[in-house]
Amino acid sequence: MAQENLLYSKDHEWLRVEGGTVVVGVTDYAQHELGDVVYVDLPAVGKELKKGDPAANIESVKAVSDVYAPVSGKITEVNLNLNNTPELVNQEPFAGGWIFKISMTQASELQELMDAKKYEEYLKGIAGE
Amino acid sequence: MTALPKLIFELSREGKIGCGLNEADVPAEAVIDASFRRTGISDFPEVSEVEIVRHYMALARLNYSVDAGFYPLGSCTMKYNPKINEKLAAADELQAHPYAPHDLVQGNLEIMARLEEWLVALTGLAGFTLTPAAGAHGEFTGMLIIRKYLQEKGDARKVVLIPDSAHGTNPASAHFAGYEIREIPSNAQGIIGIEELRAHLKPDVAALMMTNPNTLGIFESNISAIAEALHANGSLLYMDGANLNALLGIVRPGDLGVDVMHINLHKTFATPHGGGGPGSGPVGVAAHLLPFLPVPRIKKSKDRYEVVYDDPCSIGRVKNFYGQFLVMVRALAYLLALGRENVRRVAEDAVLNANYLRKRLEGSLDLPYPASSLHEVVFSDKDLPVKTLDIAKRLLDYGIHPFTIYFPLIVHGAMMIEPTETESKETLDEFVSVMGTILREARENPELLRQAPVQTPVRRLDETLAARKPVLKWSRGESI
Repeated sequence: MAQENLLYSKDHEWLRVEGGTVVVGVTDYAQHELGDVVYVDLPAVGKELKKGDPAANIESVKAVSDVYAPVSGKITEVNLNLNNTPELVNQEPFAGGWIFKISMTQASELQELMDAKKYEEYLKGIAGE
Repeated sequence: MTALPKLIFELSREGKIGCGLNEADVPAEAVIDASFRRTGISDFPEVSEVEIVRHYMALARLNYSVDAGFYPLGSCTMKYNPKINEKLAAADELQAHPYAPHDLVQGNLEIMARLEEWLVALTGLAGFTLTPAAGAHGEFTGMLIIRKYLQEKGDARKVVLIPDSAHGTNPASAHFAGYEIREIPSNAQGIIGIEELRAHLKPDVAALMMTNPNTLGIFESNISAIAEALHANGSLLYMDGANLNALLGIVRPGDLGVDVMHINLHKTFATPHGGGGPGSGPVGVAAHLLPFLPVPRIKKSKDRYEVVYDDPCSIGRVKNFYGQFLVMVRALAYLLALGRENVRRVAEDAVLNANYLRKRLEGSLDLPYPASSLHEVVFSDKDLPVKTLDIAKRLLDYGIHPFTIYFPLIVHGAMMIEPTETESKETLDEFVSVMGTILREARENPELLRQAPVQTPVRRLDETLAARKPVLKWSRGESI
């Protein structure tokens, strides 16, 4: 289920806006689809990314998937806890399983994202396919 | 249920000897300095000869292979390979030292040259290198050829487009060759739409890497229009030919506008595969790319085969010596045994078998992309009471190797089934009947499937724990 006060991308990333910085993780739906996560390849702090660039890599027992930068900017912090406990992505996708923080260069990009209600509708659309 | 054999370390009893060695003629003390001399080997298993033999026989009996049973692993073309090809590859006359003077190995060079002629005839391309050692190595080689060609033209580009229905190695190969990857989503029919392609076709696109038929088992029917659009943009078309089994003798990729392709001798042309090789991934190119092929190249001049090492435009060597020569022997033997007339029957029967399974199973499994299937068919887990993994594990209980699961990623809970041309109708019927039983069990007793396999020496493994906390080395006192 989606959480209120977060923004969502079509690639199933969630974003929590904290001033000019955005915390990014993957949604509960995404972790469920991925299956048990065994490794998260984190980006380097300081790396500059454009919206849509692959930022991190999640390896689960099923597949390896990219996590995309949902906005353009520079990586300011990564969740080092995931190095030893990648299962946080499964257990607490919206909290302890956050992946990276990015300082936005274009706040207007946030407007292209969905709120919780829209994201849930989007998920229903996927299920109905 | 077969029990899992004990490890050879667990069979060890102090003082047992499997093989007695004579005293050395030269005492070690005389030639090896004391600091380098070992007085014993810790934990060296001590067992008798018969115990060693029985131990490895017991392990060998646990093997499963296409010689033992049906092996419908999708995208892998696990066909049965005639044993005559093994016999020929083992022939004393063909074993040669790679440094042997070319005058002494004219027969070996002829085998390579004639195989290249066959591959040219089957694909409609202008020439092949046989040196890459595997499919992904072929992809990488192909990408290097494209890169060099564009650089020589003074038009180095940086992007390679790859559809989401391509083989998983494609993005890695292109990335290693220095390209940036852009993914193109496939359309509702499961193929690349020409409009989708146009939207991505910018001036910086070096090539599109297309797997054809793709991993949904569907023929990319827009391929000619795609080739045209790419060429008009100055980009090249790379075709992953690992699924050539579906097209053999029927379609020549060169006629469709393909510039570069690799094929897998170890899938399509009778070398058993799986287990880590050896493989062979020849790369074929259209005429304008011939100068860039890797060296060495085998060329015939009058009645003699020469080996050319110094093509000025060549990308250079991609493998030591000539590549996996004995895989080439098997491929040529297989093609000669089939003959030009019959080679298309490989593809016809491979496609027929996949469609037979599709028809028999489509009433009970969801088929997300209903376009015509070629050599394989992909079902989803939609509306099933269990997961794809549970079905695959249950197949083990019935003595059948599971199909490929969870690939391609664009199908939810994918079950990717490739029977190949070498299976009889009776085998396919048996598989359908087992699938019917499993799907009935799934409805009536889903818990049974979640526990599966129950008949195998090792039950369901904890893949998550194995990946998160792998134990890579046995040590005494640990139980397995």
